[in-house]
Parts: sequence; structure tokens; C-alpha cells
Amino acid sequence: MAGWFPTSVQPLVSALLAIACIMPLFGLCFALTTIVERKVLGRMQNRFGPNRVGPYGLLQPLADGVKMLTKEDIVPFSADKTLHFLAPLVLTVPVWLAFAVLPIGRNMSAIQLDAGILFFFAVGSASELAVFMAGWSSQNKYSLVGAMRAIAQMISYEVPLVLSVVPVLMLAGSLELNDIVAAQGTYTIGGLACWNVFTPWGFAGLMLFLIAATAESNRSPFDLPEGESEIIAGFLTEYSGFKYALFFLGEYLGLFAVTGLAVTLFLGGWHAPFQWLEWVPSWLWFAGKFGALIFLFIWVRATLPRLRLDQLLNYAWRFLVPLCLINLLVAAVWYWSGTWKSPVAVPVRWLVCAALIALPYHGLARILRGALPPPRKYSYAE
Amino acid sequence: MNGLGIIKGMVETARNFVGSYHDAERLTTVQYPEQKLPPVENARTIPFLVFDGDDAMAGLRCTACVICEKECPPQCIYIVKDQVKKPDYVGKMQVQPKVFDIDISVCMSCGICVEVCPFDAIKMDQVFELSTGDRFGKLLLDKKQLAKPNDYFVKLHKTEATEIDVRREEDKRKAEAAAAAKAAAAKPPAAPGGAT
Repeated sequence: MAGWFPTSVQPLVSALLAIACIMPLFGLCFALTTIVERKVLGRMQNRFGPNRVGPYGLLQPLADGVKMLTKEDIVPFSADKTLHFLAPLVLTVPVWLAFAVLPIGRNMSAIQLDAGILFFFAVGSASELAVFMAGWSSQNKYSLVGAMRAIAQMISYEVPLVLSVVPVLMLAGSLELNDIVAAQGTYTIGGLACWNVFTPWGFAGLMLFLIAATAESNRSPFDLPEGESEIIAGFLTEYSGFKYALFFLGEYLGLFAVTGLAVTLFLGGWHAPFQWLEWVPSWLWFAGKFGALIFLFIWVRATLPRLRLDQLLNYAWRFLVPLCLINLLVAAVWYWSGTWKSPVAVPVRWLVCAALIALPYHGLARILRGALPPPRKYSYAE
Repeated sequence: MNGLGIIKGMVETARNFVGSYHDAERLTTVQYPEQKLPPVENARTIPFLVFDGDDAMAGLRCTACVICEKECPPQCIYIVKDQVKKPDYVGKMQVQPKVFDIDISVCMSCGICVEVCPFDAIKMDQVFELSTGDRFGKLLLDKKQLAKPNDYFVKLHKTEATEIDVRREEDKRKAEAAAAAKAAAAKPPAAPGGAT
């Protein structure tokens, strides 16, 4: 392959090849997720979900796409036309960039950046700007309220999202995602993989990361920015047709990106759970873990009701951020106790680390419950 | 323990998800155009006119008293009285409607016309697949379209219809008895006259 092109154009060709793989792959994944999400949500709510278009409703994404693209593109009269046009693009383009550093299989990351995870969070943060652009330029009070909520939420949850990742970086000693995957590539004597999730700090970290990721991608129960029962559709209110579809695409791709990162950081990336399963293609393992996490997100969406804004922010600042900091401490203890190898010391190490995260969890939850205002009395409703 | 409620909720949704594949209790949706729920007796949509016998126009119970037209809150009923009278079920001559139109795009299904009708002539239907491409022509129903036989009424609202049928049967019997008594009372003066 390398011999087919002159050396000067090889970087360009390799970049184009990576783009040609990533874009259709995750685009198809988007289409598949929309139908799977609707079917699973339906089943969890005792109904069928879409089952009319094609066999088992599988062509539904196609019908949705045609519907979206043929809709009229309405721009409000008093909207800021330029910003209104740019917002969906500003949301979607950086999200695609985030996939560049994700290793979706053995030797399968588009670029190997030494500060890959930094790059990931840097481009991921651009979505906040896009959301506020959309809300501000629409000249609509619901859009603006939605955008303000989105900013409050995304900035609050950016902190625990990044903090929950730090223990992984500490123990792997690298910001490069391929190195982090390689650090989880060893197996214990029993043949079980040494993934980060199988440690106390790793499990706590994954939970914290998933909660923060749900909020970052504006998904239920943290879907306040588009709370349709309160503010129509939040910052999406004035968008229609293709722009709306782009926003939708951007949100789902953002979800895929953080899910891929969760797989990479905590679930051993593309490694098999047992050594004797390493012959299965690495990208299949990645896809399996990825799919399981996406299912978990759908499952949570079907279960939990939406939070109130004060609950949301209290939860981030009074619960998640302190727990993330404590998790750093736990990771440090785990690191320094790495030399305890005797049969007595290993369970002690586990117990100490588990208690160090479980007790603050319990205490913080009690404090959080005490900090909330007392239940409202509806004097007129009785 | 904190967070236990979330896990309980997630177990419930998981049971719904798995159960929807083998347990009919957990998948209650009816696939509408192919499957339909059995009709409920108290369901009601738009009014229809009841007729007795086989001829719809001759058996129409409506006497064009226009109480329903006056009571109808959205004013969707339009009645023109006919000059020709026809006998009702007890043989009394009654006015009949020349025109009886209901604009079902205006009708709000309140059922007040049914409650005020002294002749049990207008009742609530259960049809609901009324959508049409022509909202001016097809949604204005005339008396021919509105007329439905009494059997149909019995089929929809069994309890109410049976009650009415019994009452009307009673009325009819009384009227016949009264007519017979009248005939008998009218006869005796003739008989003595014949004797003398």
C-alpha cells in the first residue's frame, strides 16, 4: 500500500482512508442506534416501537432521513442568520474530529497523538459553543433558556468527566489512548483481563464517567436543555429539516465518542476479556463493548425521569466532583500498595480501596439529601 | 442504600423488555388497523338516527320537533320539517323531517341531543374511522346517511336499547288496548240501536 503513492502524498492518503472508514461506520451506527433505541424504549414501555417500515421496521431510519431532508428549512425572521446557520456545523464537525484518536481495534486509530485524550476533550468542549450559538441566534426565549441550561449543565459536568479520567492517566502514565489500551492488555493467572474496571477506583471511575457522559451528551435523565414538557425543544426549537438532523447527528456522535472513550479507558479497549478469546478480531470486541454501553444508556433513558435544574447542579458539584477527587486518592493508594503481593495483603488492599470510595459515597449522598430543599407542599392541590 | 431505587427501577424496565417477548401482559399494545379492541358499550362518538322496520325513511323515529337542534351547543344539527305527516309506532300522526343534517366536523360528541330527545330517535354511534379527503362534502351527513336500524342500536348499547324496546312495546300494547277499548265503547251504542 505504501508503495502505491509517492512519499509526499502518503500522509494525505492515509488521512483520507481513515476518514473514508470512520465517517460511514459511525454514520451507519447513528442510523442503527436511532432504530434500536426506539425499539428498545418501546419494549421497555410495554409497546412495540416502530415496526411498519420494512421488515421489523428496520428501514425506519431511511424513512426518517427522507422525512428530515425533504422538510422545509425555516429560519426565523429575527434570527441571526449567520450564527443560526453555523451552529449545527460547529456542533458536528468537532465531534467527528474526536473519533480520530479513538483506537477502535488493534492498530486502528486514525492518528496517534501523544496528548490524545487532551485532544479528545478539547474538541469535545466545542459543542457547548455550538449549543449556545443555536440558542442565542434563534431569538426565541425557549431556545435561550434551553441554551443557558445546556451551558450550566455541560460546564458543570465537564469537570467530573475529566476528573474521573485522571486516575486512568495516572496509572497508565500516558495521555496516549493506545498506551492506555496496552496497559490493560495483560492477563491475570486465571486468564481474566486486567481491565481498569476490575479495580475499585476503576469501577468507581467508570460509574462517574458514565454519569458525567450522560449529562455531557444531554441524554435523559439529564435532558434538561431539550426538556420538551417545559421548554418545547430547548435550543432546537427554531431548527427544522436538515439542520435539525445535523443537531441530532451531532448529539449521537458525541454520545458515541464518549462511549468509545469509556470502552478505551475502563473496559480494556479492544482487548478480549479472556486470554483464550484473543483470536476474535479486536474490532469485534470493541464493537461489543460499545454496543453494550449504548444499550445501557438506552436502558437508563427508559428508566429515569428528568431531574430539576437545582438537583442537577447540586448533584454535579456536591456529589460527583468530590467523589472524583476522592477517587484520585483511591487510585494513589492502589498505586502505592501495588507491591503488596502476599495472600493476606491482596484482600486488605482491595478492602481498603473499596472502603475508601464506598464510605464517602454513602456520606456524600446523605449530605446531598440533607442539602436539598424539603419536599414542596402544594397547598392548593389538596 | 443510596442508588438502590435506581437499580430497582432498572430491573423493572429490564423485566418489561424481556417480558415483552413472551408475556402478553407486558406488551399491551394493539396493532390497530389489523387488530381491534372489542367495542365498549358506553363508548360514543357521533349521533345517528334510529329507525324501526325495514324502510329507513318510513320507520324513522324522529318527529322533527327540533329540540336537539336548539339544544346542540355547537349548532351542528340542521332540521327542516316536512309538510307530509306519517304515523309513528303507536299509530299517531307525527311530523317528519324533510332535511336532517349533522355536520360531524362541528359535532363535539357531547350527547346532549340524545339526552333531550323525547322520542328516543337520536342515539350515539361508535364509528370512529371518519377521516375523509373531502372535508366539506363528506363530513356533512344527511338523514339517509345518519339513519341506522334499531338492531344496530341494540348491538351497540344493549342495556339502554333493550330498556327502550320494552318501554315502547308497553306503549304500543297500551295504545292497542286503548284503541280496542275505544272501538268496544264505540260499538255498544250501535248494538242496542240494532236491537231496537
